[in-house]
Amino acid sequence: MTQATADWPEQLALCAANARDPRLKAFFEAGCPNGNTPIAEVPMVAMDFETTGLDPNRHSIVSIGLVHFDYHRIQGASARHWVVRPVLPLHGQSVAVHGITHTDIGDAPDLGEIVEELLTALAGKVVVVHYRAIERPFLDVALKYRLDEGIRFPVIDTMAIEAHLHPNRHPNWWRKLRGDKPLSIRLNDSRSRYHLPHYPPHHALTDALATAELLQAQLQHHFDPQTPLADLWL
Amino acid sequence: MQAELIEIRNHLSQHPPFDELPESLLELIASNVEVSYVRAGTAICRFGDPSTYLYYLRSGAVEIYRRSGELYNRLEEGEFFGQFGLMMNKTVRFPANALEDSLLYLIPAAVFQTLWESDDNFADYVEIEDRTRLRSAISNREQGNDLMTAKVSRLIGRPAVTAPTTVRLQEAARIMTEQGVSSLLLMDESQSPAVMAGIVTDRDLRTRALVDALPSETPIQDIMSNELITIRADEFIFEAMLSMLHNNVHHLPVVDKGEPRGVISLSDVIKYESQNSLYLVSNIYHQNSVKGLKKVSKDVHASFVRMVNEDANSHIIGSAMAGIGRSFTQRLLELGEETLGPPPVPYCFMALGSMARDEQLVVTDQDNAMILDDSFDPAQHDDYFLALAKFVSDGLADCGYSYCTGDIMATNPKWRQPLRVWKAYFSDWIENPKAEALLNSNIFFDLDGIYGDTGMAEALKSLIASKAGDSPRFLAFLARNALNRTPPLGFFRTFVMEQDGKQNNTFNLKRRGTAPLSDLIRIHALAVGSTAQNSFERLRDIGATRLLPEGGVENLRDALEFIAIVRIRHQALAIEDGREPDNNVRPEDLSTFERNHLKDAFQVVSSAQKFLRFRYQAGSGRPRSNERRS
Repeated sequence: MTQATADWPEQLALCAANARDPRLKAFFEAGCPNGNTPIAEVPMVAMDFETTGLDPNRHSIVSIGLVHFDYHRIQGASARHWVVRPVLPLHGQSVAVHGITHTDIGDAPDLGEIVEELLTALAGKVVVVHYRAIERPFLDVALKYRLDEGIRFPVIDTMAIEAHLHPNRHPNWWRKLRGDKPLSIRLNDSRSRYHLPHYPPHHALTDALATAELLQAQLQHHFDPQTPLADLWL
Repeated sequence: MQAELIEIRNHLSQHPPFDELPESLLELIASNVEVSYVRAGTAICRFGDPSTYLYYLRSGAVEIYRRSGELYNRLEEGEFFGQFGLMMNKTVRFPANALEDSLLYLIPAAVFQTLWESDDNFADYVEIEDRTRLRSAISNREQGNDLMTAKVSRLIGRPAVTAPTTVRLQEAARIMTEQGVSSLLLMDESQSPAVMAGIVTDRDLRTRALVDALPSETPIQDIMSNELITIRADEFIFEAMLSMLHNNVHHLPVVDKGEPRGVISLSDVIKYESQNSLYLVSNIYHQNSVKGLKKVSKDVHASFVRMVNEDANSHIIGSAMAGIGRSFTQRLLELGEETLGPPPVPYCFMALGSMARDEQLVVTDQDNAMILDDSFDPAQHDDYFLALAKFVSDGLADCGYSYCTGDIMATNPKWRQPLRVWKAYFSDWIENPKAEALLNSNIFFDLDGIYGDTGMAEALKSLIASKAGDSPRFLAFLARNALNRTPPLGFFRTFVMEQDGKQNNTFNLKRRGTAPLSDLIRIHALAVGSTAQNSFERLRDIGATRLLPEGGVENLRDALEFIAIVRIRHQALAIEDGREPDNNVRPEDLSTFERNHLKDAFQVVSSAQKFLRFRYQAGSGRPRSNERRS
């Protein structure tokens, strides 16, 4: 894809050697598939966070959804969903988006209490997100805050794939003049291009499922099953 | 903690049979389901693959094939497939391809097993044979109707009033007056025990005795009706009604093990079902002019709609409408004879097609013919019969029975011929069959004498019954013609789906449903030598032989009933909306219930047509003797 990608197994091995927290160490030691693994053989996990805002340094995670899948199947039985207590106050504006209120998070655990479960669910798999500027940085900041060390891992970004597939999605001055709108690469709009059903957005698990389905559709339409993982991860 | 995929559960909970599952089972599915996206044109499962999932179509469209590669079904959102493989031999029986980009929810075999074992409703829904579902749909409907579930015995008010056949006219009248009855059963007491020999009614006394001023000592035998039409106490009231309509009688002796138990009259049935089509029939006989009949004919549609709303079945409605049509014809013939004088030679007026089959509906044209006595001399007599035929035909057109576009009417000299010519017509059709000629003469193989010397029509029926079964070439040609009209495969969204996968916006329920069925039933009936005309009665005769494989007759009956009733209901709806009723139906006008069962019914028609092709090949022998009706 567009940017030169790191050699992720090597990087994770390095992280494993340096990690102090045993949970993080175990996560890094599980590693990830080699970059030359055909995408059809890669175990993946779609993950979505609902957050109180868009800045990992100012905002906080309120819920996490994930589901395991591969090129052929999404494993419903592997689905996980956690509501976690944010460190920072909930903003009225974000409550309106994800629907999680103070009452819901009253008894919710702190992210620190579910870290082990979460990292176990992610270990050894390639994380798939729609828009990579959220999950990875938010998790990194949240872990640094709690464990005093951060996290790194490769992601496949379904939004980046859409952006790559539609390089001319912004209308030029002439088409703008005619009123053309830029082609949307948001999750539900991208899904509709592959005839995937509309799901109500902003539920972390539903969005994770929606992302997994979107990647399956993208792979089937635009990629050979033999495509090496390294072409897709970022 | 395992999490439930709410989107999946919500979607399942809106589609049968999942919509009736308890919450716990829905959660079991939603937390174990697998999801798979398939691109249009991709194979989902191939014949003989191991069966590991029940597939639920979340979005898109999937085509299901038979092993032979023939299209079996096209599924849309909310439908499922793969159940047969899971229940039977654990291998895929019907291969499936994605017709559009599709999202599938895959329910693992173990979960399917749990659902199947713990929820009866689910098990019934997935395992039930298409045809069984059709049957239960029909019987559920019929159970709701009183006319169809109540027995004749309920109408018997008092024991039959009888007298010996030896009584005189005046004595008979006295008994009837004393007992306050409108009919008297006459018993032949020369036999032991006495047997029922005839009936006289108020009307007989009026029309046969008083009009001719017969002496009071006239033996009652001279005026009684001795061709008794009876009904058994354990038959349904609607059968009594059909018998009255068909035979144009107003009294039916009720018998029980051969013994007279009572007499039921037209008014008993009308009282039972006040909004009855019999009422319209009796009204027809009271009209003394074409103008009067035309006025009465405006009630025909209302009578039809009432029967539909009372949930009568297609046999009742078809017979009632045919009875009404027959009554118009009979009354017109009576009026014609009043105007033109008595006929110079005996004749029989024949109904053809749907009226003869007792399967008439509201969108119908007139198909009729005349059989004349063999002493008919065209030069002397034909002016009379032409005038009479024209009077009837014009009158019927006035009453809403439009002229036959194929000119199959008694006004056409070709179809106004002496009995011997008719016999020659039928012999030629049967012995020297030609596909083209039979295509146009098909309609003559549904015939019924409705006025005059009906014995002549009976003679033709016997001739046909005796010859047709022995002429394999004739049956083969009829079969070939019957295959010209095929049913659709089913429905897909707002389209009618054809066998070849093409899609149309509308289809003709008569041409694509009831007509192919009555065609193929007619051929089997001819093969077994049945003289019945009504499709349901023909099926009864066919069922008495071993011509069709087991269950074949019941399947055909259910399919005919269901398609006919949908057709009827759509015509009734059109009338109620003030639209002109026709036979065209758009899939979006069908309920889900109708769509599902129509599809099952089309399937029955389609396999029956395959059997027809296989059974009546030119050159194949006549049905084996053990297939003939005993």
